[in-house]
Amino acid sequence: MFARGLKRKCADSEDSPPAPPACSLQRQSLLDMSLVKLQLCHMLAEPNLCRSVLIANTVRQLQEEMSQDSAWQVPAPASAGRGPLERLVSTEILCRTPWEQQGGHSAADSGGSPAPDLLSEPPGAPSAQAPRGAPGCAWEAASPRESRGGFQRSLDQIFETLDSKAPRAAEGLFADVDGPYYDLDAVLTGMVGAKSVPGDGFETLAPTGAPPPGVSYKRDLGELDHVVEILVET
Amino acid sequence: MYNGAGGGNDIQWCFSQVKGAVDDDVAEADIISTVEFNHSGELLATGDKGGRVVIFQQEQENKIQSHSRGEYNVYSTFQSHEPEFDYLKSLEIEEKINKIRWLPQKNAAQFLLSTNDKTIKLWKISERDKRPEGYNLKEEDGRYRDPTTVTTLRVPVFRPMDLMVEASPRRIFANAHTYHINSISINSDYETYLSADDLRINLWHLEITDRSFNIVDIKPANMEELTEVITAAEFHPNSCNTFVYSSSKGTIRLCDMRASALCDRHSKLFEEPEDPSNRSFFSEIISSISDVKFSHSGRYMMTRDYLSVKIWDLNMENRPVETYQVHEYLRSKLCSLYENDCIFDKFECCWNGSDSVVMTGSYNNFFRMFDRNTKRDITLEASRENNKPRTVLKPRKVCASGKRKKDEISVDSLDFNKKILHTAWHPKENIIAVATTNNLYIFQDKVN
Repeated sequence: MFARGLKRKCADSEDSPPAPPACSLQRQSLLDMSLVKLQLCHMLAEPNLCRSVLIANTVRQLQEEMSQDSAWQVPAPASAGRGPLERLVSTEILCRTPWEQQGGHSAADSGGSPAPDLLSEPPGAPSAQAPRGAPGCAWEAASPRESRGGFQRSLDQIFETLDSKAPRAAEGLFADVDGPYYDLDAVLTGMVGAKSVPGDGFETLAPTGAPPPGVSYKRDLGELDHVVEILVET
Repeated sequence: MYNGAGGGNDIQWCFSQVKGAVDDDVAEADIISTVEFNHSGELLATGDKGGRVVIFQQEQENKIQSHSRGEYNVYSTFQSHEPEFDYLKSLEIEEKINKIRWLPQKNAAQFLLSTNDKTIKLWKISERDKRPEGYNLKEEDGRYRDPTTVTTLRVPVFRPMDLMVEASPRRIFANAHTYHINSISINSDYETYLSADDLRINLWHLEITDRSFNIVDIKPANMEELTEVITAAEFHPNSCNTFVYSSSKGTIRLCDMRASALCDRHSKLFEEPEDPSNRSFFSEIISSISDVKFSHSGRYMMTRDYLSVKIWDLNMENRPVETYQVHEYLRSKLCSLYENDCIFDKFECCWNGSDSVVMTGSYNNFFRMFDRNTKRDITLEASRENNKPRTVLKPRKVCASGKRKKDEISVDSLDFNKKILHTAWHPKENIIAVATTNNLYIFQDKVN
């Protein structure tokens, strides 16, 4: 987490606050960045709710302004068959992998930890593409080599979700943690903490890079053993 | 010392001590997550990401060495919280200590509350410097003697032993928070306390662990409509029925527990209208309040948002009475700070004992003090480079733009990984504790 002397360079024009919004491209990149951050939220052990809410509000605001400008339009989702909750769950599983493949750092800090690795080489380079085009609903058929494309598709998922009417803007984002969001399958496929490898159908997406270092990783393996023990006993 | 020429009354801050590892490689468990003086200032507690609490005790003043007050040395170290795993949700529960709050001392022992994301614990810290010796039925090593071998009786006596400081958990307040606890605050009745998470605030009795009262609940029926969370909460220092809580939208609500059981309707709402000229996509994020603290007098409260510190008069809801800019030069860098997540950093703030000066942290291991009376401010740095005792700290200055003067630091050279989030001020004296990532610095004012 603590890259040595992370110095911030004076950024370019994207720093100037858009009031009124000067450049829709600037808004677009901000929106893309926000969506990536929201996905990271779902990859952590337990998302920092304050951060998620603030980012979601920012996304909503961006979205409102952009739709007011009617500078772009995104086709409506082809089917709302799958609940948005499940789509977000899938996104989480899918997106963790390309992140880990980057040799990403431990996501132990559920707070707002800087993510220089991710931001320097965003998987799927979402900011380079406008998230338009066909709504990605075939995430479950993603092949291992398409993990980057899968990431882009999952961005589309979130984007479409947020594109809907305002009340649904953060649908599924703040699902009550008491709800059936987490199930036994999730545990069995290894969603222990946020650091284990998803198995059972996603094996081909397994990271080949070195696992994130640190005590927490060993602890997670220990936890995973413990969980499996308990499940096996029952 | 403060901006402008130093007068005779200005404080000069000197390095006193630094605690923690020297090397640059920071072990994550050592990251300091909270700092708090007790009510007398004799004890200073820190909590870290590894769930440990370290308590320092001030040495008795050495009358011969009149140049400084007593040093703080380690008094007790204990593991307060362990990492847990929520099997139902497949989630780790971090052992990081979010807050420590001391209880006022009632007897020889000290008590403090420490909390992680989910569980609050009451710890008793007691000294033992004597032990009983000379039991009739027990050997010195603890083995029991056969009663039939006892021929004479003696009275056990206390004999001195090396001082031992023991910490034992006296109460565990668990299973009351679905979301992450961000604050605990002890009531002025010294019998109850509140704990606040993102969406709810609970009231506890210190003696009762199996139930708590929910006094604030801002969770919407439909979670999709969630747009605001609770960020901090505190009891009024004198009115045991009054508390405040701050939100991610920059508002503070003052509640009176006498009004109703569920304090969802505030008695007062403190909010400053937005400045339209400063509006940006980040306006809401930087307005989110990261800390709220009542003054010792109870007349004012202080809030910290990303760029400023605001002092509010409890009698005036529509705007703060004082606003101090902590690092205004960051306003033009908000997009970068959003990108690297620094914009979500939660800085704390604190008052000095007389409520005349407030202090808060910044980046590059800088921290800032604002004198409310003289309206002067100063920027200081917590760094091992200045670590000769009684070295007076040199004021620092950040150059926002344009030509950088000698000894100034340009904004682009600031190290955003070196952040001071936690600071504490001794309740009676000019001694401050400043936490960098994994080091604790103690500074005091120059004596004579």
